[in-house]
Amino acid sequence: MFREDLESHFQHKVDAEEKIEPKDWMPEEYRKTLIRQISQHAHSEIVGMLPEGNWITRAPSLKRKCILLAKIQDEAGHGLYLYSACETLGVEREQLLNDLHSGKAKYSSIFNYPAISWADMGAIGWLVDGAAIMNQIPLCRTSYGPYARAMVRICKEESFHQRQGYEIMLTLAKGTAIQKQMAQDALNRWWWPSIMMFGPNDSDSLHSAQSLKWKIKRFSNDELRQRFIDMTVPQAELIGLKIPDPDLKWNEERKSYDFGKINWDEFWNVVKGNGPCNKQRLHDRVEAHEKGAWVREAAVAYAEKRSARINSN
Amino acid sequence: MKNWPLFEIFIRSKSGLNHKHVGSLHAADAAMAIENARDVYTRRQEGISIWVVESKYISASDPADSDPFFEPAQDKIYRHPTFYDLPDEVKHM
Repeated sequence: MFREDLESHFQHKVDAEEKIEPKDWMPEEYRKTLIRQISQHAHSEIVGMLPEGNWITRAPSLKRKCILLAKIQDEAGHGLYLYSACETLGVEREQLLNDLHSGKAKYSSIFNYPAISWADMGAIGWLVDGAAIMNQIPLCRTSYGPYARAMVRICKEESFHQRQGYEIMLTLAKGTAIQKQMAQDALNRWWWPSIMMFGPNDSDSLHSAQSLKWKIKRFSNDELRQRFIDMTVPQAELIGLKIPDPDLKWNEERKSYDFGKINWDEFWNVVKGNGPCNKQRLHDRVEAHEKGAWVREAAVAYAEKRSARINSN
Repeated sequence: MKNWPLFEIFIRSKSGLNHKHVGSLHAADAAMAIENARDVYTRRQEGISIWVVESKYISASDPADSDPFFEPAQDKIYRHPTFYDLPDEVKHM
């Protein structure tokens, strides 16, 4: 087939909501976009373990500690599903990790903010995982089969993450004045970074139009952000917390909330590596990888020994 | 990581059902792949049995040839029970 035929056949399949599978022909740019997006997503899961890992030993009860451990374990699993999906596009795991560790590949900027109090575990689950779910649910129908299937699995597991976070906030908000203040303070710090998670405004989003045409993305950044805000504001009200946005108000005509201006300078500054924790996160990730080298080597040595023993019998 | 082969993972979700492909992972050997598959794919009791097979041992049909490859079945509608017109009096067959 000629290249134009291949391209039109491909687009036809995408338009008909048929999934693209690893061995199917696909435009090079589609493959590249997916590798970038899926690996970025996988890196976000793995780096996302760091701010929470810091709180495992300081969780206020055994119950909370078990829950937090389970959540972080899920995130490791999500990272793995996504790395595997990404590898079906012909890129090696080692390459993906190298790109993360060298700073070439990005991960969600939200994890470059510090988690300084226990209430942050609540805010992260409620807002950060909430925003992630809003992004991820449409990705269950994304055009690339392995990515869509990984997302189905992830979304099933993710809903517990958001609920446990909201429950932490609820418990604090019902607690002493100081506990309620902790919850409000966490909301104040995580609100704006969370709504920035949906990415730049549609008018400034570099890859959006093509990704929508290829059905990699199903909704625009601004649509998803608006949905998240509309869903989250009543949840804050329900537990007596205040969204830190003086311009936030219900728009009866649009049946949606109007909200204040997002500080995109801050967003780009963090993306470019100058957020409060960029260096620390990357350092911790590289260190964890390097310190784990002996485990990987030992596993190979053990596997070789075991196979030698089986072969000699 | 480069030395760790890729394994395809199949899980039987409950007794009586077939093993179904769920994804893949890298492991040093098959025994480790089974343990890791348990930790990754059955954290919420999604399975009672796990198969792993090194990805390189899977041969697959070529999607580019799938039309001609599966064509022989297309015009054999007489293989389906609904192809046969029977009198209404025959209730269950």
